[in-house]
Amino acid sequence: MNIESVKFRLGKSSGFQILIYTLAFACVIPLLFILGYILEAGITKINWHFLVNIPKPVGESGGGIANALLGSVLIIAVASVIAIPIGIMAGIYLSENKKSRLAYWCRLSTDILQGVPSIVIGIVIYFWLVRPLGFSALAGSVALAIMMLPIIVRSTEETLKLLPDSLKEAGLALGLPFHRVIFKVILPVGVGGILSGVMLSIARITGETAPLLFTAFGNPYLSVNMTKPMQSLPLLIYNYATSPYTDWLNLAWGASVVLLLWVLFLNIFTKIITRKWKVQL
Amino acid sequence: MESTIIKSRNFNASFGTNHVVKNVNIDIPRNQIVAVMGPSGCGKTTYLRCINRMHELIPGASSSGEMRLNNEDIYQMHPIFVRLKIGMVFQRPNPFPNLSIYDNVIAGYKLNGIKLPKADRDRIVEHSLTSVALWNEVKDSLNKKGSFLSGGQQQRLCIARCVAMEPEVILFDEPTSALDPISTSTVEELFHELKKNYTLVIVTHNMQQAARVSDKTAFFFLGELVEYDETKTMFTNPKDNRTQNYITGRFS
Repeated sequence: MNIESVKFRLGKSSGFQILIYTLAFACVIPLLFILGYILEAGITKINWHFLVNIPKPVGESGGGIANALLGSVLIIAVASVIAIPIGIMAGIYLSENKKSRLAYWCRLSTDILQGVPSIVIGIVIYFWLVRPLGFSALAGSVALAIMMLPIIVRSTEETLKLLPDSLKEAGLALGLPFHRVIFKVILPVGVGGILSGVMLSIARITGETAPLLFTAFGNPYLSVNMTKPMQSLPLLIYNYATSPYTDWLNLAWGASVVLLLWVLFLNIFTKIITRKWKVQL
Repeated sequence: MESTIIKSRNFNASFGTNHVVKNVNIDIPRNQIVAVMGPSGCGKTTYLRCINRMHELIPGASSSGEMRLNNEDIYQMHPIFVRLKIGMVFQRPNPFPNLSIYDNVIAGYKLNGIKLPKADRDRIVEHSLTSVALWNEVKDSLNKKGSFLSGGQQQRLCIARCVAMEPEVILFDEPTSALDPISTSTVEELFHELKKNYTLVIVTHNMQQAARVSDKTAFFFLGELVEYDETKTMFTNPKDNRTQNYITGRFS
């Protein structure tokens, strides 16, 4: 083998290395641009006044996003109350009954559900709940709960599947009934993974606009009534960003920053709890 | 009290169509150590797991024949009562990783929702840990997690967890195969202490261990019980050719 061909190959190798470094860095750029652009446009709009006031009518300056912030929190809280118990229970079922027919269908439907466009879920809820009962925050929560479900189910299943069988056997050999093995042994050990799935599902639905358009509908006033239309952050951004008024545009920018920070913190928080609550097996 | 605590008659166990325990008849005497030995895949662990009905938890598993505890049919009792009376220690130490050492010992009470006064709990923990010779090593770190201990200590913790429930029989499924020689000898010494209060059934693939610790030995081969006798007789004067071949190392 001559030295020239080795040098050529080494050259090719370093060329390839430069390529993958560059492309890896290229993945970071879009996020940096989005973060930078939105922060630049929106961060100056945020102050205490912005967070505790509702939007002013057209023509008056100032106003805030208190109604959208509270609305988002309420809609997501109710969606979580619906989706978390169902999702975790279904996840437990899937990890316990790996081969049953129901497990097959359950797994298949959560996979498909995960791929259903959010606007389709919105429209289905529109026909089921909004047509008979009218626009309500609750209908929005149901739509978002359906979007959360597959993430929670699958992350619970994956977490529990990784736990060794010996753990379950330890509980059963002590004479624990099955439900106590699940609630006192399996769930506490898997809590970190399950919680991180829950957090990620919340982060995912926080920015969902489409299913809320024809369910929660939006509301220019502060409302805590779940059976009536309610404002939420993505709805406010959608409505106000397309308006011709500068004050409303500013509100939309500010709301974007709040939404962005919310999702960012959820993700960081998730990383922290998975690390902190990780049980050493 | 009758001297036989566990009695199997024509006991069979299978996984699906795979017949792994064939027609086993054994009388296990109270307060003795019975070793179950045999080559890998001979059904010894399956037989052990049938005694406290852990076998049936595996999908497709089935069993037939008689298995009696104090003359009561184990398969007519509720599995939870069976497992409260017949404890089990596994091949790999499996303390609950989310519980402290203290809570691991009283896990059988705590996780079952049985409320005990603090004094009783302390007494049970100290007594159980003392009886597995672990008290002196861990008495200052009872609040640390169970997984903080070494492998041998973890295994003794698992035995303590079992002893805390005051069972009549303790089943050991190759309890030392994941441990180093020093931990192994500590655990083996324990067996002689535990024998005073409990009946021990120990599955092992290690003949020397069977010879060292047990009063009686059962030799399983291809799912059959080939020979069951006093350990001394078994190792000095086996009746069956296959036992002879196994203990002289002609196959393993």
